[in-house]
Amino acid sequence: MEEAAITGRIISVNGPIVKAEGLVEISMFDIAEVGPDRLIGEVIRLEEDLAIIQVYEDNTGLKPGDEVRSYGRPLSVLLGPGLIANIYDGIQRPLIGIAESCENHTLMGIVDRCYIKKGIKIAPLDPEKKWDFKPTVKEGDIVREGSVIGELQETELVLHKTIVPPGIAGKVEFIAEAGGYSIEDSIYTVVQGKKNYNGKLADYWPVRKPRPFKSKKNPVTPLITGQRILDTFFPIARGGTAAIPGGFGTGKTMTQHALAKWCNADIIVYIGCGERGNEMTEVLNDFPRLVDERTGRPLMERTVMIGNTSNMPVPAREVSIYTGVTIAEYYRDMGYNVAVMADSTSRWAEALRELSSRLGDMPAEEGFPPYLATRLAEFYERAGLVETLSNEEGSITIIGAVSPPGGDFSEPVTQHTTRFIRCFWALDKILADARHYPSISWIESYTEYLNDIQEWWKELDSEWMTLRNDAMNILLEDTRLQQIVKLVGPDALPVSQRFILFCAEIIKNAFLQQNSFDPKDMYCSPDKQVKLLKAIICFFRKGKELLSCGLELSKLQSLDAVSEMVRLKSEIGNDEIEKIDAFIQRLESSLNSLKEEVNISHTPDFSKGKSVVKE
Amino acid sequence: MKSELEYTNLAGISGPLIFVQGVKGVGYGDLVEIRNGSGEVRTGQTLEVDEEIAVVQVFEGTTGLSIKGTRTTFIGKPLEIPTHREMLGRVFDGLGRPIDGAPQVISDLMMNINGLPINPYMREYPRDFIQTGISAIDGMNTLIRGQKLPIFSGSGMPHNRIAAQIARQARLLTAHEEFTVIFVAMGVKFDIARFFIDSLEESGVLPRSAVFLSLADAPSIERLITPRVALTLAEYLAFTEGMHVLVILTDMTNYCESLRELSSSRGEIPSRKGYPGYLYSDLASIYERAGRIQGAKGSITQIPILTMPSDDISHPVPDLTGYITEGQIVLERELFNKGVYPPIAGLPSLSRLMKDGIGEGRTRKDHAQVAAQLFASYAKVKRIRALAAIVGEEELSDLDKIYLRFGNVFEERFLSQGYNENRSIETTLDIGWEMLSVLPEEELYRISKEDIQRYYIPQKGDV
Repeated sequence: MEEAAITGRIISVNGPIVKAEGLVEISMFDIAEVGPDRLIGEVIRLEEDLAIIQVYEDNTGLKPGDEVRSYGRPLSVLLGPGLIANIYDGIQRPLIGIAESCENHTLMGIVDRCYIKKGIKIAPLDPEKKWDFKPTVKEGDIVREGSVIGELQETELVLHKTIVPPGIAGKVEFIAEAGGYSIEDSIYTVVQGKKNYNGKLADYWPVRKPRPFKSKKNPVTPLITGQRILDTFFPIARGGTAAIPGGFGTGKTMTQHALAKWCNADIIVYIGCGERGNEMTEVLNDFPRLVDERTGRPLMERTVMIGNTSNMPVPAREVSIYTGVTIAEYYRDMGYNVAVMADSTSRWAEALRELSSRLGDMPAEEGFPPYLATRLAEFYERAGLVETLSNEEGSITIIGAVSPPGGDFSEPVTQHTTRFIRCFWALDKILADARHYPSISWIESYTEYLNDIQEWWKELDSEWMTLRNDAMNILLEDTRLQQIVKLVGPDALPVSQRFILFCAEIIKNAFLQQNSFDPKDMYCSPDKQVKLLKAIICFFRKGKELLSCGLELSKLQSLDAVSEMVRLKSEIGNDEIEKIDAFIQRLESSLNSLKEEVNISHTPDFSKGKSVVKE
Repeated sequence: MKSELEYTNLAGISGPLIFVQGVKGVGYGDLVEIRNGSGEVRTGQTLEVDEEIAVVQVFEGTTGLSIKGTRTTFIGKPLEIPTHREMLGRVFDGLGRPIDGAPQVISDLMMNINGLPINPYMREYPRDFIQTGISAIDGMNTLIRGQKLPIFSGSGMPHNRIAAQIARQARLLTAHEEFTVIFVAMGVKFDIARFFIDSLEESGVLPRSAVFLSLADAPSIERLITPRVALTLAEYLAFTEGMHVLVILTDMTNYCESLRELSSSRGEIPSRKGYPGYLYSDLASIYERAGRIQGAKGSITQIPILTMPSDDISHPVPDLTGYITEGQIVLERELFNKGVYPPIAGLPSLSRLMKDGIGEGRTRKDHAQVAAQLFASYAKVKRIRALAAIVGEEELSDLDKIYLRFGNVFEERFLSQGYNENRSIETTLDIGWEMLSVLPEEELYRISKEDIQRYYIPQKGDV
């Protein structure tokens, strides 16, 4: 594909930023191939006859005078079958392909395979592989942009639809018969005015340009994550945006992994942006083995990974989140619900800062460039529930981790992010220290989707909203009371308030805390969530009533059912929730028998008992 | 194209940087040889090049260099060191040159000290438990082969003793393979380096160790190279020679200060506390060189040590380190003052790789739950202690008093141990159960009933 190239020469090198002259007619965000190794770079600024290029690979050894070439094309990703189950670096080079390209059986060969050498050029999608394509249109049909012209099974889980790219419409002059085709074969021809468009299974799309859709809609369906604190207390809708801020060691990546494993999206795009290499390896190890509860297929069959780890070149980190979200849009346009996990957006912001500082930009807060907020807004706005060009419904949910320095949420990246997201899952250092996972704070977190999605939950259980609010009130009251307890100790509180502390403790241990290594607890179905909450709130309501009749708190505390309640989550699987119903019955009867006890022994003290708990 | 042209005179000197004018064909990152008037040779690296000027950082510092008479030669390749098995048992300076009097290392394998990023697809996820013999680490913050687990310390605390104890006692349960130790000193005092060398010698580890010293009196910029030189050797030993290498880096705070010095003399825009905005990426380029790779037998385990200025864990150096490393061992001043050795803080310490390296077949089935319960119960102790400080211990409920007792024995029996005491993981877990048995059975909600029945020791005649 040697096209006419424009060439220029390097005049200076400062880290990954290269200045070149002589590149006439080059445009902003065009790709440039820099130096003798033809390293990939992108034009990020033009000053008269100077082009400023950020290089996406290690550029040591580049010299002034070296050649720069450009084909006048923007930085793009190749979209087509074969993306799923693959892992790419920030500029869509396949990491598996890179490793396999230096297949060698000598010892040094093994070592060589493990590193990413510069200047490696490998096609993002396998050009040889034949896909079993079935057309869904006939010759002579009229197609518009976004029309589906055929299908193929990309993995067991994903039916890949081949779509007429945006900007193309007309009469189908040729369509391939059902059969095996590679991404380089011509599949269809559309006559558009006087021009013919030759379509293939795969096509390029510039990463910085959002793919078009018909209209945006209001998200109303929750994205079920199987994590109790999220689904019940701070739910997110399909097509929504969320941020997970937290200092190191609070479990951002653990939460992102749990979401990628269990959320009920059709496609997961997992972007490891400037994070640890071993975390990507962990996903690569776990996902092919883990089985999706709903489909019984390995999770890898719905996952695309972008891994630009912290030791890979910084500019590629900046572009990795665009690469990821563009792939997500491609699947959204087929009518899928896609979830994008970006871990971590802070590293992306830091990459922006580093590059802007090398360009000598005037910094805004903490050295970050003034356009940080704009870039964040653009990124999160690529989420949403949309009507696609082919009139289907598709969505992108974006969940971005934020790593604030020192765990301080007042820093610029966290602060700007909160302006563009509607779900805030704050991680708490104190909870993490006590190994209370997920360590999501129920005080600092919030969601704006609660009203939009409550109908969905009410269909499951009409009482859902009341149960949720009761539990939330107990937790909020607990936080308030803990302030007093810190000063005077719990024994100084009236019995009704001590009961609230006790119930809050049960909610924390029996409901909020969730063990991501326990096979029965790692994923909690919506049904099980409601039932568990019912058991706790039932205990709370009945207990409160009994206390007001004069029952001693210790009788409630020492109930066998209480310690049983804490273990329900890990002892009862998602497929046997009728056992929770049975438990609730047992709980009720033991509470009723306590009631009879009270009625016999405490009748004379009734009024006294009541006055104690009256607030 | 090699351009070994020699240039005379400099255009300027600023801090550790020199500016050379009129250069041709100089590459970014190239190695530079600098000779002053009296013929003394120094090494440097180009940081920035344009058609006129090359900016060069001088590793040995610029003291004694003058504008006139300084000659520079640009060698058209980045800094490389020879790597060889024979480098074990030797002592090198911060740039990898021998300082033990023995001859120069000769090897036909020269390696670029900056290494290359490991392809995450080719990494092997670390899972092998390393028994360090220290209960607070083995029991609650397990070290895994191929992990990077830093020690966050403060001035005056015994981080060096702990690191030396780990280097001496570390072993695998499954195979009897010895660790090769690479000790890297950056900006520390001579006596600390001496302590390590002596301790390696006493335990007989020295012949399979390599020592890199860039002591406090060495030029500060040299420290930016030292860990890279050492890790290049580590990569060679681990991935080509198949050894299990334990790299101890002390003190990373000094390293970061050198980086800050360089950044400020280049006039870069600082981020927090004057550190450059790329501190995270720079640290990652060191820490991410730990790990295991598919097909290679060896591994690199890193224990970086850093002192937190005024014990502040939110200082940029520990903060950014914590975001890259797989956990952290935090030393606590309060425990240290109480006389607890090792003063490893119960709660903020963490090993991220622990979950996959422990349990049945690796350590013991109850390990994860015991650790989780110890963490949870100790967190409660901390809360109760805060309360007791206000209302007085007498006002606490009976259960809270039991918790306080648990807290005390936990610190005295579980955390505390001798510098020469090497506990097996079985012993560590048994002590853990002994501690948990101070608490009533119902309080152990993180542990399965089955394990409670098996290991819980009911208290006699006690309420």
